[in-house]
Amino acid sequence: MEKRKIRDGFATFLIHSISLISLVILALIVYDIFSKGYIAFKEVGFTNFIFGRKYYPTMDPPSFGIFNFIVSSIFVTLGSILVGLPLGVGSAIFLSEYANLKTKEILKPFIEILSSIPSVIFGFIGIVFIGPFIRRFFNIPTGLNLFTASFILGIVIIPIISSLTEDALSTVPSTLKEASYALGGTKFDTITRVVIPYTKGALISALLLGIGRSIGETMIVLMVAGGAMNFPNSIFSPVRPLTSTIAAEMGETAVGTTHFYVLYGIALVLLFLTLILTLISNRFIKNLKRE
Amino acid sequence: MKKIKEKGFEILIYITTILTISSLLIFLVPIFKNGYRGILPDFLFTFPKNGMTEGGIFPAIVGTFYLTILSTIFSFPVGVITAVYLAEYGKPKFLVDLLKTSITTLSGIPSIIFGLFGLSFFVIKFSLEVSLLSGSLTLAILSLPIIIKSVEESLKSVPITFKEAAYSLGCSKFETIYKISIPVAFPNILTSLILSVGRIAGETAPIMFTAATLYSRKLPKSLSSEVMAIPYHIYGLVTEGVSPEKQVPIAYKSAFVLLLLVLILNLSAILIRQRLRRQRKW
Repeated sequence: MEKRKIRDGFATFLIHSISLISLVILALIVYDIFSKGYIAFKEVGFTNFIFGRKYYPTMDPPSFGIFNFIVSSIFVTLGSILVGLPLGVGSAIFLSEYANLKTKEILKPFIEILSSIPSVIFGFIGIVFIGPFIRRFFNIPTGLNLFTASFILGIVIIPIISSLTEDALSTVPSTLKEASYALGGTKFDTITRVVIPYTKGALISALLLGIGRSIGETMIVLMVAGGAMNFPNSIFSPVRPLTSTIAAEMGETAVGTTHFYVLYGIALVLLFLTLILTLISNRFIKNLKRE
Repeated sequence: MKKIKEKGFEILIYITTILTISSLLIFLVPIFKNGYRGILPDFLFTFPKNGMTEGGIFPAIVGTFYLTILSTIFSFPVGVITAVYLAEYGKPKFLVDLLKTSITTLSGIPSIIFGLFGLSFFVIKFSLEVSLLSGSLTLAILSLPIIIKSVEESLKSVPITFKEAAYSLGCSKFETIYKISIPVAFPNILTSLILSVGRIAGETAPIMFTAATLYSRKLPKSLSSEVMAIPYHIYGLVTEGVSPEKQVPIAYKSAFVLLLLVLILNLSAILIRQRLRRQRKW
């Protein structure tokens, strides 16, 4: 009996302490990125770093303004939302309001599969297939640009938006919908005036998570966004978002140089953006659960 | 008027669904069409030759295999234990809330940041160099929140009556967990394992600076060797090198192998889950 108690106590202690590993890891990541990124902010200066338009890491003297990368990230992300939001929400409405059980069982795995495809595969098809197609179709100098990157990222975030939206739609009490039908509401009325308002919070959080995924996606933009460091002045400009700047340059940067810390500074900007997005969307999901 | 609106909306919803499905096909069809030829057995089991212009991807397959297995060995036990804590203990509340928030936060961090962290922490600080070990540890961190979340869900789906029955027979909390909760949730936990393996196998950004090399004619000898990996190899084939006309077909084949691997893993997870749902009697 005594032995059993000791064993249980030990197991409980072990479970508690191992569980803290995630907490420690998060703290280490934030600390690491912050402490190195901070050096970039200090050496380059906050305004020069965030709002500088010139980025010449290897010139003498070098300049490290990442404004164009920030703008590129924002544009690519907005573009992806324009593609991913309607398709994600639309297919979720189809699955939860229009499809019968059988169609649903066939279609849902499709969307799940879409979410499991590695991003390097999207990037690869972007380079060899979609990019060349877009170049010919619009008759532009390069098919690897803002438009192509947004389009592919939009497809990548469909499953995130779709599955969260569908979860949310399924929480709408059927009595509410029935009440709407009883009052003579059509399916369209019911969806737009009952279902969507009821799930507004979840839809916003799906949107935020989609944005977070788009902003943080690396391989796809590295491969298909074109890589030019200029300010994007058309939807067909080749661009270079924050993530691909890090991925493209880290391999060739000497440890401990300003350039090295600048890449961590870019990561700090990214980390800051994604932390805010996750925390806000988490709030919305929590509120939904409480209701 | 009302009818037109009604019909229009319905058509719109159908169109978005059709576009969603076809967008999946845009990516799958070219790879299946161009990738399957000459896969067996040459491509899978030979080494790359002449830079990246000829030969197979054997070292990349072995590298991806090692990275996936090792990182799972690191992350899965920690993930399951954390999930047990969250699902079964759940006290003290402030700690659980803190832990849950940090897990959600971790899962939202871009994979390239994990790569940078792996570089400065494992590669530089602990002097593990660019190696199988650094890469696996980085991937383990990345997969941890995914594993925790799905295992937690699995454990929560175990009916509380099962546990109450165990308690009433005099089982302690720990005994209930390892004799009832984990065995009952086991198929679901297995599904989580499969899905996380599929996710890790396809990751590129986290291993770029921590483990991967583009070209190797040897298999990794130890934990401190650099390794080739299928996803990074695909990236290299289409972005580096001088003869795209030779490299793109190899990239198609490599993409086919990676896609097939990920699809098989995911389909088996989906099948296990569907079967489970049918068999479940509670």
